[in-house]
Amino acid sequence: MIQLLRIELYKIFRRPRTYISFGIVTAITFVIQLAMLTDGKGFVNFALSGVNEQFDIQGNILNGYLITYIILQSLLIHIPLLVALVAGDALAGEANLGTLRLLLTKPISRPKIVMAKFLSSFIYTVLLIVWLAVVALFFSLLLFGKGDMINLKSDSFIMILQNDVMWRYGLAFAFAVLAMTTIASMSLLLSAFADNSIGPIISTMGIVVVLTILSNLELPLFTIIKPYLFTTHMIGWKGFFDDPVPYAAIGKSAVVLFLYTIGFLLLTIVYFNKKDIKS
Amino acid sequence: MHPIIETKNLSKSFKQFKAVSDLSFTINHGDIYGFLGQNGAGKSTTMRMLLGLIFPDSGSIYIDGEEFNNGRRHLLSKIGAIIERPDMYGYLSGWDNLKMFAALSDSSIKANRLHEVLEIVGLKGREHDKVKAYSQGMKQRLGIAIALVHKPDLLILDEPTNGLDPQGIAEMRALILSLSRDHGKTILISSHLLYEIEQVATSMIIIHKGKKVVEGKVNSLLNPDETFIEIDILPDDHILQKINASEWKPSLGSIKQETLTFKMNPERTPQLNCWLVGQGVGVTEIRSKHSLEAYFLSLTDDTVITNRAL
Repeated sequence: MIQLLRIELYKIFRRPRTYISFGIVTAITFVIQLAMLTDGKGFVNFALSGVNEQFDIQGNILNGYLITYIILQSLLIHIPLLVALVAGDALAGEANLGTLRLLLTKPISRPKIVMAKFLSSFIYTVLLIVWLAVVALFFSLLLFGKGDMINLKSDSFIMILQNDVMWRYGLAFAFAVLAMTTIASMSLLLSAFADNSIGPIISTMGIVVVLTILSNLELPLFTIIKPYLFTTHMIGWKGFFDDPVPYAAIGKSAVVLFLYTIGFLLLTIVYFNKKDIKS
Repeated sequence: MHPIIETKNLSKSFKQFKAVSDLSFTINHGDIYGFLGQNGAGKSTTMRMLLGLIFPDSGSIYIDGEEFNNGRRHLLSKIGAIIERPDMYGYLSGWDNLKMFAALSDSSIKANRLHEVLEIVGLKGREHDKVKAYSQGMKQRLGIAIALVHKPDLLILDEPTNGLDPQGIAEMRALILSLSRDHGKTILISSHLLYEIEQVATSMIIIHKGKKVVEGKVNSLLNPDETFIEIDILPDDHILQKINASEWKPSLGSIKQETLTFKMNPERTPQLNCWLVGQGVGVTEIRSKHSLEAYFLSLTDDTVITNRAL
């Protein structure tokens, strides 16, 4: 299994297109940081215009922690696409390339192949999130400095002291890994059904977009199903920037995401184990 | 000793299409076994079933006496295969591809074994080039190196000469013969190039529409003293009656439009020509065909009226 995993990782990280995702994350992060460097003060004044009438907020408001929060909010919607680029390609890409049949003529069980593909997608997801953490948090702190973080909500705002922020980011990034692993497992399932990787990648994004819309619609019909949609729980990381932190709700979201991940993975194994390889 | 492959009543359908029907055959150790059939006859489906890529609807597969389903992993380590095209990771070098698939076959394989198989297939010196820069022939050779690297007893080669130029085909033929003769491999080979199969195979099976038509030793199926003679004639409504009433009836293989096919000693061709002319039949062309090709067509061409049907 370790050998198989090493080979899967070798294939992923020897392929130039794998690094496109890391490039995209870097580029978007730097663009947001650049925009904030040039026009950040105006943005913050506008965002705090309602608050400033009642409170006198002093200090470095436009700090690295706030910028990272803004980057995360923007990027975590798009990262599923970057995860799907690898996970959606894992089985379907090999089928399209023709290497799947060669791989399956080797003395390895199909469930092991699926597990290796899943674990390699997971490791890629972890590295992508870690990279996001480095470029977003590290460079934002470098460019904008430290300060107390303001988490502006629709009807309130939360001030988090600067020495109370880092652990929240640590847990938020860990939660993001879980959420993106759910996307990876769904993408892998779709990949098992297809013989080229375009379908699973587009389907993954389609499902995420549709379910995210359903998760955000305040209609009675959708209110019933919302708690069961994984997209509802993917934004659970934001809870770490509340005061007090709603651990019960975050824990529930984590369990739902974990169960979805296991469910998608089991479905992939069962389906792939019986699939006729005709490609 | 058990046959290296034995299938019993193998069947597979894709929706309404019956790809393989009740197929039983046996391959013995040391054979070069030709697997023949038209496109869509069920060759690739059968080969994929032998490798566990496609699951049969019914029937059994035995590899070296052991049922495939009971020992898939262990039995696959006895087999090396190329199915259709030898597709590999183009962004990796030949060496990387070989090393990776070798590790998947047997983690104890060392670098000197990789060098050895590269030598056997004639890829030495080009192993560090990216596979996407390889010609089709080089990819085929690398495919065979991957199939060979874990020292399997059995090689399953589906259309190994696909996309090769004449020199590549000749080299592949020499390689297959060498693998059998010098390395003791049993080889199951399919190809649409019948002449190539005729050159290398010791046994063969012909399947048509998923069913076995004939199986046996090439020597016994193709009598070297009997060649297929094709004769083109002018339209003649009574040709069948004329032949049926003559001594040539047993030699008649088939009639397709204005082409008569006889299976006979080629030395009798002038006599047959004289007889046809004597019967008032306008003979326009006489040609001798490769025996396997003619034999194959006589068994699988649905537009032909065969002697058995007559």
